[in-house]
Amino acid sequence: MTVTKNSLRDGWTLIVKRECATCVMVVPVITRLVRELPSLTVYTQDDPTFPEGVAAVNDLDLAASWHADIDTVPTLIFRANGVETARTVGWLRSEWRELTGIADLGAELPEFRPGCGSMSVDPDIVDKLRVRFAGEILHARQIDIASAEDEFEAMFSRGFTDGLPVVPPTPERVMRMLNGTSRAPQEVVAIAPPDLVELTVEKIAINAVMAGCLPEYLPWVIAAIEAICTDEFNMHGVLATTMPVGPVIVCNGPGTRAIGMNSGVNVLGQGNRANLTIGRAVQLIIRNVGGGRPGEVDRAAHGHPGKLGFCFAEDDLGSPFTSLAVARGFDASQNTVTVFTGEGPRCVVDQLAREPEQLAQTLAACLRTVHHPKLPFAFDAMLILGPEHARVFAQANWDRERVLQEINDRLQLPGAEIVRGAGGMAEGVQEAFKDATLPKFRPGGLLLVHAGGPAGLFSAIIGGWVNGSVGSDPVTKLVSA
Amino acid sequence: MTNRVILDPTSEKRMTSRDLLARPKTISGQTIGLLDISKARGDVFLNQLESRLTTAGAKVLRFRKPTFTKPAPVDLRHEIATKCTLVIEALAD
Repeated sequence: MTVTKNSLRDGWTLIVKRECATCVMVVPVITRLVRELPSLTVYTQDDPTFPEGVAAVNDLDLAASWHADIDTVPTLIFRANGVETARTVGWLRSEWRELTGIADLGAELPEFRPGCGSMSVDPDIVDKLRVRFAGEILHARQIDIASAEDEFEAMFSRGFTDGLPVVPPTPERVMRMLNGTSRAPQEVVAIAPPDLVELTVEKIAINAVMAGCLPEYLPWVIAAIEAICTDEFNMHGVLATTMPVGPVIVCNGPGTRAIGMNSGVNVLGQGNRANLTIGRAVQLIIRNVGGGRPGEVDRAAHGHPGKLGFCFAEDDLGSPFTSLAVARGFDASQNTVTVFTGEGPRCVVDQLAREPEQLAQTLAACLRTVHHPKLPFAFDAMLILGPEHARVFAQANWDRERVLQEINDRLQLPGAEIVRGAGGMAEGVQEAFKDATLPKFRPGGLLLVHAGGPAGLFSAIIGGWVNGSVGSDPVTKLVSA
Repeated sequence: MTNRVILDPTSEKRMTSRDLLARPKTISGQTIGLLDISKARGDVFLNQLESRLTTAGAKVLRFRKPTFTKPAPVDLRHEIATKCTLVIEALAD
């Protein structure tokens, strides 16, 4: 955010507060400067009578301090022709002398004393100041909550929630959230389905507040929104389908660790703020801005709990394989989100396989059942290998490509087994395919991710949705600050 | 407590539509709010209504906006919504 209303005059400006010991220490210096520098303006943040004997400008509302980006007091500034040309913070005698041109300034004082925090960056009030002085960047309609109305119930009654309480998106909280991105609040990030409305950074931030995000999560939410609001991902269809699927967001890169995402124990479960709130923010945005609500455009017959939000990080540091993002053409140093249309996860248990072929056989058998064991090709799937299963492959020097190849080799389905009526099941492919061999997954239709706790010879499968141009393709986007 | 403000998380492209409540079979026993918008002679109309509604067995509560030129304050709207089962607003003189 850029604040441009700097109203300081040309010449010298000094900003102080009485509460600051360094400001008090330099009072003799200030008194001299007032005498010798006619263009000096002194602002006082907390006490109009400070410094004594100086006609200081009252900055109790902190407007001058805010607009001049003061974070420390004392701060001494010099401006010429409306442009700041020099600034020093705290007391550093040599800099004050150089700035003022007074060679013996402060001879009686120590050479250096650090300053104190400016009141304009006091954590207790900075949110209010941000709204007061920069709040015009917010364009969203303001909604009054009655004084006798419970604000959390108010969010429910207005239809803004996913069924769980949300954090009320006050202007202060939204302004703080916007600090998480360098993008302008009114920048349109995407066209949000199903109502096909322009989705701004501000609206994303509002819903990110509601979801419980921290500002540093915001770039990840934005990237995920960019990814799902593509023709390839087809969020409209993902909403409208009667199948139980929603966006599954896989995060890669060093930023996942910087924001504390979970890629380990209980990776797909509860307990991690970043995982849960990033995924939830994406769903709230689609609900509130896009207008995609259950029972309206969202026609899922069953849905699944992950439609509240389904987001996790790949354990790419601990993985013996290249990561999902690298496999999709990105660098391991980049932060990315990959979105996949998925149902809820199911567990694959194999505690006995010690040879990679045995484990591949188990995984293939379980993957065959995705949506129906007799339905090939139409649905993708994500296989989340737990570390103990991944180790079985790593010890045999199988890389990502080998693992996927071996599994896919075991998922070439004989037409006679999967035609309609075979095995006593009506479901299946048309009779015309009875002599064909059909792959369970299309090329690239099985996605491999490494994540989970260190103990447990388990993996997880997330069944997909109708793939390709008919349905949805996975999409990967860079996360940018 | 002071009033609080939140920012609209929706697209603001359309209002949420809500179905009207079913029309009550009788007004007897209902708590009916009469909102005077502070327009001249609105009270004449509302006094007559109150008399009829009370005779018909309804409990009548009277409310008044500070001025007809501005929307009803949010606290007033909330009070009406929480105290009344029906509301009648006198829109003009």
